[in-house]
Amino acid sequence: MTQAKISIQNLYYTYEDGIEALRDISLEIPANEIFVLFGPARSGKSTLLRLLNRLSDLDEGSARQGTILFDGKDVFARSVDVSDLRRRISMVFAMPTPLPGSIYDNLAYGLKMAGIRERSELDRRVEQSLKQSALWGEVKDRLGASAFALSGGQKQRLCLARSLALEPDVVVLDNPTSGLDPISTATVEESLYTLKERYTIIMVPHSVQQAARVADQAAFLLDGTLIEVGEAGKMFVQPKDQRTEDYITGRFG
Amino acid sequence: MSTNPSLAASDTTEESAPRPRIGEWIIENLIRLAGLSTVVIIGLIFLFLLREGGPTFLDIPLRQLFGSRWYPIEGIFGLLPLIVGSLLVTVGAVFIAVPLGLITAIYLGEIAPPWQREILKPLIEMLAGIPSIVLGFLGWVALAPLIQNAGAATGLTAFTGAVILAYMSLPTIISISEDALYAVPKEYRDGALAIGATQWQTIWRVVLPAARSGIVIAVMLGIGRAIGETMAVMLVTGNAANIPALSGGMIFEPVRTMTATIAAEMGEVAQGSLHYNTLFGIGIVLFIITFAINSLAGRIVGTRGARRTGGKL
Amino acid sequence: MNRQQTNRLAMALITGVAILVVVPIVLVILFVLYNGIGAINWEFITAAPRNGMREGGIWPALLGTIFLTFGTAIISFPLAIGAAIYLSEYAADNRMTRMVRLAIVNLAGIPSIVYGLFGLGAFVLFLEFGTSILAGSLTLGLLTLPVVISTAEEAIASVPQQFRTVSLSLGATRWQTIRHQVLPHALPGILTGVILGLGRAAGETAPILFTVAAFYLPNLPHSIFDQTMALPYHLYVISTQVPGMPLEIQYGTALVLLLIVLSLTLVATFVRTSMRRRREW
Repeated sequence: MTQAKISIQNLYYTYEDGIEALRDISLEIPANEIFVLFGPARSGKSTLLRLLNRLSDLDEGSARQGTILFDGKDVFARSVDVSDLRRRISMVFAMPTPLPGSIYDNLAYGLKMAGIRERSELDRRVEQSLKQSALWGEVKDRLGASAFALSGGQKQRLCLARSLALEPDVVVLDNPTSGLDPISTATVEESLYTLKERYTIIMVPHSVQQAARVADQAAFLLDGTLIEVGEAGKMFVQPKDQRTEDYITGRFG
Repeated sequence: MSTNPSLAASDTTEESAPRPRIGEWIIENLIRLAGLSTVVIIGLIFLFLLREGGPTFLDIPLRQLFGSRWYPIEGIFGLLPLIVGSLLVTVGAVFIAVPLGLITAIYLGEIAPPWQREILKPLIEMLAGIPSIVLGFLGWVALAPLIQNAGAATGLTAFTGAVILAYMSLPTIISISEDALYAVPKEYRDGALAIGATQWQTIWRVVLPAARSGIVIAVMLGIGRAIGETMAVMLVTGNAANIPALSGGMIFEPVRTMTATIAAEMGEVAQGSLHYNTLFGIGIVLFIITFAINSLAGRIVGTRGARRTGGKL
Repeated sequence: MNRQQTNRLAMALITGVAILVVVPIVLVILFVLYNGIGAINWEFITAAPRNGMREGGIWPALLGTIFLTFGTAIISFPLAIGAAIYLSEYAADNRMTRMVRLAIVNLAGIPSIVYGLFGLGAFVLFLEFGTSILAGSLTLGLLTLPVVISTAEEAIASVPQQFRTVSLSLGATRWQTIRHQVLPHALPGILTGVILGLGRAAGETAPILFTVAAFYLPNLPHSIFDQTMALPYHLYVISTQVPGMPLEIQYGTALVLLLIVLSLTLVATFVRTSMRRRREW
């Protein structure tokens, strides 16, 4: 087996108020697949996502144990350039949040911050990422319009495109279809299938159904503990753990 | 890596630290320095006051310093008349301003319809903007004659100063009281009104008690504001450095405050003289009084647990 | 008297007091306007005082106040913005931060005459700037610091947290995030604070008494090491120190000062509301 894209080893995480959000998590996330993290609310999914690209650095007073290896290197090492890490493991949030400014500004923002100035390169990446997130057709004639003028589904795809414009290795999606109508949801999911050829995708799904639809690999989290991990095809048909089965079949959560 | 266009190629190795961004390093440290500078400035202010005013407390016998005679020309520096003057004016101002301010805040917060608030609040902000010298000037040319006509021996009295000062502290007191009233949960009011209390009963029995600590702060900061005011009091209090006889009418006699003494006499003293030092000494007293008041008020605010929702990176 | 009557009486009294507080504000402004407007003409604004200040205009004092206001802006703007960014974006919840907050609360409470003493001791004498525009601007700059810091901090804190998180998640550094996402949106609020601070500086007398203000100086200053007349001090001088001073000139001077300060307050309010309206989120 090839080396995992991301390898999480014995990870613990505690917030400032003493709440233990993650307990002894160990996971191997392979490259170029869709890896789904699912579980009930407050089970630690989002916390785990925020640790991958160290957005967790923003949590004051929190404590962490254990390591996360990205391409074999510790993301928490002092030598790691956090900005660079966040460009390579790029995140899309549950709440689609455009930055003030035009659609183009939004897409080019991360690139400009990375020091890319050539207009042709910016144009190329903007177009490419919009096509990848299936938004190009809808906005190509109004790239200068305010990003706030887009519909909810368009905003979410804009945020996805904004991450893709960075040409990352890993795309992290925290419930990217929350609040979207079924058609927009389908559009986003479809783009995920094509994206995994180029990117490793880690995602918290909107529902168990969505998890079953899109996942190659899946991990079930409960109260900060990893209950079960494995091939999605098996897990959603024949879960090994009783708690996973209860959750999938809708007995709680 | 921010300067490296080819992101995919960038590999951070365990050994090498991330490339430092010199410009950012400088700016971030300048920002920290600016934050720290506030502490340094207040330290420097106290230090320079001590440097120039310290001799007051070393060279003048304490008995004289707290004596009741202020005759700089004869070398007698008793601070008591000035302290009493300041207290008289300040207490007078607070007695006028606190009820007025609190009631105005109640009106604004509980009674006034929105369109009135839209007009009244900028107006009160405007009052805060009127320079103290302009109010002092008006007190001098317009209010003082009124007070004299009302039967006082002179129009330039502690009372005149208190009225002007009260007016000047009103914006502070109104805005802090308003915040305090605003912080009272809506459920309290609804609950009281639901069981049939009138609006007045609700305000008197429920809203005011709940807003008590905020009102205390309003009073304290009002005092702090009033005791430090200079130009307005200087113009209208008559500048007589003697202690009025203890009586009900003492507020209608001329006084001289600590602040006015500094402002009026600094221009005439020889630098380095004991008189000069003593004026700085008065500055130290003012500094300590206001520092104590503000620190205390700050602490009360702190314990109320007013948490900012501001962003932090 | 029953409950309803008590209630009605109380409401009437409260309303009465509010009127008593607010109406004089309008009256004060109208009173100065009514008495001072007659003095104001082109000569009053542009000429130097003559005949022991009993005739002529206020130009040197007006110009001095303008210089001092600019000087104040130059001193307090960078320091205040820096401190505000520090507090809202960098400060961790530790002792140092609590000290900075305590310092700002107390700087706001220090009487203006004490700032004047400090300016005299530190800038005029110790640093040997002499009685000068420089010393006066520094003193006024420090005096306005807390106002500007508080408003600027509030403005910065009102920028939605998500913008910061998104910017950081796209690989922007902390400073890039502040520079491109926080400051542009906080700018109107910051400007409001600065203008309010300047309004306060323009009207202050006590801090400039010993640091810059000249009793009578018909010549205009040539450098920042010169003294200058200033409007607030000029008003003090002509209303108390010059016998036989025509009342109209006194009111006229008060009116000009009032107009300068109030128009700054007005501009600040205008900036705040108009920029707020243009906000997209």
